[in-house]
Amino acid sequence: MKNLDLEVHHITRVEGHGNIYVNVKKGVIERCEWAVPEAPRFFEAMVLGRQWNELHHITSRICGICSIGHTLASLKATEAAMGIPLSEQDLKLRKLALHAENMQSHVLHLGYLVLPDLMGAGSVIPLAASNPQEVKIVIRLHRLANEMSNMICGRTTHPQRLIPGGFAKLPTMKELTKLRARLKDCVPDLQAVAGLFKKLAPKLPDFTRETEFIALTKKDEYALYDGDLASTDTGKAPVSEYLSYANEYIVPISTAKRAKHVRDSYMVGALARFNLNFDKLSPMAKQAAALFDLKPVCHNPFMNSIAQLVETVHSVGDSIRLIDDIEASGLQSQPDYHKPDIKVKAGRGIGAVEVPRGILFHDYTYNQKGACTKANCIIPTNQNHANIELDMKALLPKILDKTEKEIELNLEMLVRAYDPCISCSTHYVTVHFV
Amino acid sequence: MKPKVAFFDFAGCEGDQLQIANLEEDILALLGQVEVVSFREVMKEHSDNYDIAFVEGSCTRLQDEDRLKQIRKNAKLVVAIGSCATIGGINSLKNYKDLDDVRKTVYGEQARLFDTYAARPIDAVIPVDAYVHGCPMTKEEFLQVVKSLLLGKKPDIPNYPVCVECKKNENICAFERGQYCVGTVTRAGCNSCCVNEGTICWGCRGLVDNPNENSHKEVLIKYGQTVDDAIAKFRLYFGWQEAKR
Repeated sequence: MKNLDLEVHHITRVEGHGNIYVNVKKGVIERCEWAVPEAPRFFEAMVLGRQWNELHHITSRICGICSIGHTLASLKATEAAMGIPLSEQDLKLRKLALHAENMQSHVLHLGYLVLPDLMGAGSVIPLAASNPQEVKIVIRLHRLANEMSNMICGRTTHPQRLIPGGFAKLPTMKELTKLRARLKDCVPDLQAVAGLFKKLAPKLPDFTRETEFIALTKKDEYALYDGDLASTDTGKAPVSEYLSYANEYIVPISTAKRAKHVRDSYMVGALARFNLNFDKLSPMAKQAAALFDLKPVCHNPFMNSIAQLVETVHSVGDSIRLIDDIEASGLQSQPDYHKPDIKVKAGRGIGAVEVPRGILFHDYTYNQKGACTKANCIIPTNQNHANIELDMKALLPKILDKTEKEIELNLEMLVRAYDPCISCSTHYVTVHFV
Repeated sequence: MKPKVAFFDFAGCEGDQLQIANLEEDILALLGQVEVVSFREVMKEHSDNYDIAFVEGSCTRLQDEDRLKQIRKNAKLVVAIGSCATIGGINSLKNYKDLDDVRKTVYGEQARLFDTYAARPIDAVIPVDAYVHGCPMTKEEFLQVVKSLLLGKKPDIPNYPVCVECKKNENICAFERGQYCVGTVTRAGCNSCCVNEGTICWGCRGLVDNPNENSHKEVLIKYGQTVDDAIAKFRLYFGWQEAKR
């Protein structure tokens, strides 16, 4: 009977650092835990007393990789609190911004973090020498997504143009047209990446554990920028009920909070969105899913990476459609240094946005002077922690007959599949056997 | 032999290390010049044998100081990357509040489980050899600093305010537009990127070495802004620097 003591120290990055602890004695699992020792940053306290037109700037800094998503969730919360309107054109441009970030983040995860596991490498660095063509394609897609963020938001990380009520500066129609041509041209690159993952997909563990999936949903589109709450267990609800979905709780081993709904855990992210909103995907994205035989409801967390690939294809197609729309209605220009005329008032507002790693909530209360008096931010990775640990507990007994090294790799791959805050997560990792 | 480099992070958003990934094709060129021996975000391998350590994030807990000191011991050069590491950054917003209240606001009854102290730049804990400012740092400036270090030179970091670059870019001054801006006292080097995009300078690169306070006060008076406006904006990024002054 097997004895195993495994400590994967600082595995992942969930806004930083995560550890895996496993103790097995004579074949009996005594401990299997996922802990986050990251230094807490206290954003919900830091924003108290700050002005309504600064909140998005501050909370963008929660996460470098999904700073556009945090900015948008923050702006939506502030706009809801004060009843600030947004034009149809600005709405389309914000959707483009979100697509750009999702593409950038998904490509980074797939190409730089997941691919090395599937190709038996420690990182993308040796792959640059052994598989230069594949790596160059990944870089090209990543660059396109970043240049798109730059064009729409004025920066790839911690965007500047996104402000309450609209945009401080707009892209030109010429820039958008050029972007559209490049998006059309990237389809062969997408096909090449899909083909590569198709070849490697048999290396993704065949593991399922039934769980609940939560994501935004919308009648007429694949919900990313807004929608209602949806659960594979309980159906639809308005976003105002988010607190009864994301019941946050604290465990002593982690500085990151966890969340649960009707089960002991739930999952958010690309796979949750795919499972809830499959029928709203573009035809090309559905074709990509079919290539992997990915169908809703899929309970294999390792397929989250494939769902990200499907979403990347969707984002390219939907971005082309959005630019067509903007062109058809004619891009309305605005004065330089645009600052929407906003009447500050007291109130509470909730902003929910689907960011690369799942549903994100910002909830602010403002006083009459426009100062923030209460804030709550629930980030996707925190909603996934409990699900990650329960997956580990379910996966471990099934792989106990493997070598220590394979067990470790499988557990790491599981964490990585969730793409816990990227930049963060997951390929890192020093492992200590104790 | 190529110099060995390593990347580490403390309390921050990892947006600065992300700029390395955002180098795109230039990463391949960089890899021709240095050997990356530790970078938890992207690689499984790790070694404590490195020449240059790049550190992102602030130090916000006593327990993190040992790790920083060990990095200092291992490295010949330590480079702080991004505002959190160079000046304390947005994390120092919490330094103006009662830290027990801060912990309770976020973690409630279980606050005692979560240590924290005033957020500080890493040079408050260990000596730092070079700085790549900005929130986030720009990939261009990162490459420029790396090139300087590889050539054995001291990186050339501007010590004049963002206003100089902003004027050169022919922006309409934020004060003229009725907004408050800290570009008058903030270290340049960003090419006034935020003002170029239609907003204001928020101060992410920190104060210049000798900010001209009198002239800043004159600007406040001229444009009818209050000291409260100024203090509030200074606190966004200058918290640690102001406390030290």
